Amino acid sequence: MRAMSTKLKVWWAVITVLVLVYALLPVLSIIATSFKLPSQLNLGTFWPKTWTTTNYEQILTGSAKDLFLPALRNSIGISLISTAIAVVLATLAAYAIARLDFRGKRLVLTTALGVSIFPVISIVTPLFNLWRNIGLYDTWLGLIIPYLSLTLPISIWTLAAFFRQIPWELEQAAQVDGATPWQAFRKAIVPLAAPGVFTTALIAFFIAWNDFVYGISLTSTSAARPVPAALAFFTGASQFEEPTGAISAAAVVVTIPVVILVLLFQRQIVSGLTQGAVKG
Amino acid sequence: MSTEVQTRTQRTSGRPPKVVRSDRARAEGRLGWMLAGPAFVVMLAVTLYPILQAMYDSLYSYRLTAPADRKFVGLNNYGVVLTDQVFWDAMGVTTFIMIVSVVVELVLGFALALVMHRAIKSLRGLLRTAILVPYGIITVVSAFAWFYAFDINSGFINHWFAWIPGVENLNWFAHQGTSLFVIIASEVWKTTPFISLLLLAGLAQVPTELEEAAEVDGATWWQRFTRVLIPNMKAAIMVAVLFRALDAFRIFDNVFIMTNGANGTRVLSLLAYNTSISRLEIGLGSAISVLLFLCVILICFIAIKLFKVDLASARGSS
Repeated sequence: MRAMSTKLKVWWAVITVLVLVYALLPVLSIIATSFKLPSQLNLGTFWPKTWTTTNYEQILTGSAKDLFLPALRNSIGISLISTAIAVVLATLAAYAIARLDFRGKRLVLTTALGVSIFPVISIVTPLFNLWRNIGLYDTWLGLIIPYLSLTLPISIWTLAAFFRQIPWELEQAAQVDGATPWQAFRKAIVPLAAPGVFTTALIAFFIAWNDFVYGISLTSTSAARPVPAALAFFTGASQFEEPTGAISAAAVVVTIPVVILVLLFQRQIVSGLTQGAVKG
Repeated sequence: MSTEVQTRTQRTSGRPPKVVRSDRARAEGRLGWMLAGPAFVVMLAVTLYPILQAMYDSLYSYRLTAPADRKFVGLNNYGVVLTDQVFWDAMGVTTFIMIVSVVVELVLGFALALVMHRAIKSLRGLLRTAILVPYGIITVVSAFAWFYAFDINSGFINHWFAWIPGVENLNWFAHQGTSLFVIIASEVWKTTPFISLLLLAGLAQVPTELEEAAEVDGATWWQRFTRVLIPNMKAAIMVAVLFRALDAFRIFDNVFIMTNGANGTRVLSLLAYNTSISRLEIGLGSAISVLLFLCVILICFIAIKLFKVDLASARGSS
């Protein structure tokens, strides 16, 4: 029995190491590349021979600053605004779907499903043309609007599923106590639903943050171009230099906050969702 | 809720409960549409309107380089696209990427889901956090990470695997097969966490008694897997497969970053992008966009009619 459990332990250790390598190796490789000297990029080693922050200086204060910093601002601003709009609309819609009995409920859900599988590239061609005509091309609003096609459907589905698990007796109690449906929603349900809304906002934000097709198609300058699109337009410090280091550094800068959010997101799922609903 | 309302009204008033309920139902319907209406309208505005516009534009010969020459050509653009070998090549590559990546993701995702399902509690948290890392990475960043790792100049893969004949000086992005290998690897790496979490949710719904009963009856591990687990998870598997298939069919970011369509890796989305945004041929680009949209509908139709995937119920329960 003892030998068996040791064997099992080794087995699980091997599996864990394999999963960790799978999940982390590509991330580590781009982090390692971001610390390499531009002249040592072609050594073919995994880790840098000489560690340097040159690439970070280049994107934060150096020659690539004007490419990267506006893109970072655009990405954060546009993703946050479209997430906020989507979550507000989706919260209202998901409440109605989870709680109220009305005709067209399935229609709303089916539409959300249809929109979420819609090929983005099919929307881009007409929007490209229209945005150029009405002046939305290369503006924040010109990306916020199409981003709703990414953030809104997933928000509705996630929230509707979450709202179905909420202890609704509290709302009934509030209504029995004389609250209107709207008051019951605001006073009894919103505090319970907040963790789910927050989680949904994170998921929607990731999706907007991840967008590339809209980003390269509907912008042309640093006025609205988000980070993923900007990465594709990076150039080296000189025309003989590959932008590998700068791109890797920029990739790390935009990845670390999201990975931190993923960790917070986990804690949110485990304690926030389950305990938050009970403790209020 | 309605039964409670009903009993309350029966207690407090002599009116037939049916009338009261329909009053309430009407108010509820109004409130429902007041709350869900804005989201519904926005969703239609950002997708239905553009696709209708694309259908309209696809009937015209229309280039932004010569907007004055715009004229109605009927279905001519579709004829041009559908008789062009470039379109069918792109269709072939896209379908190949979709099938290979979904199959690999399903196998790998299942393995990860089983590992997380069986792991002891302290390990499970670590494993779940680890596999959520790829999920949190931007697709473009994943594409660059894989591209630089395999790049003949800056990559470490050729050095690590130099002992395999032919790898040391292999330029991965100079050939169709090897380019597609890296593109699919990046795609699989980034999206397998999603599929494995969906499958994990499915695994959790299989009653443990079923597996235990099979074990008592002397079923092997493989028999328990194929006869008990898989049949009981069919819905979760089908939904995961359909979602990933549709996603993979729209692949764009990885291809754009790694090869930009060189060496026979141009996928349909990239073809549409090149036609409309790079060459400004709105008419032809719209036709490709509409065809791509029809392909997605066709995949959905096949999945729902042939494989009886119930998207709504499965998605809602997960």
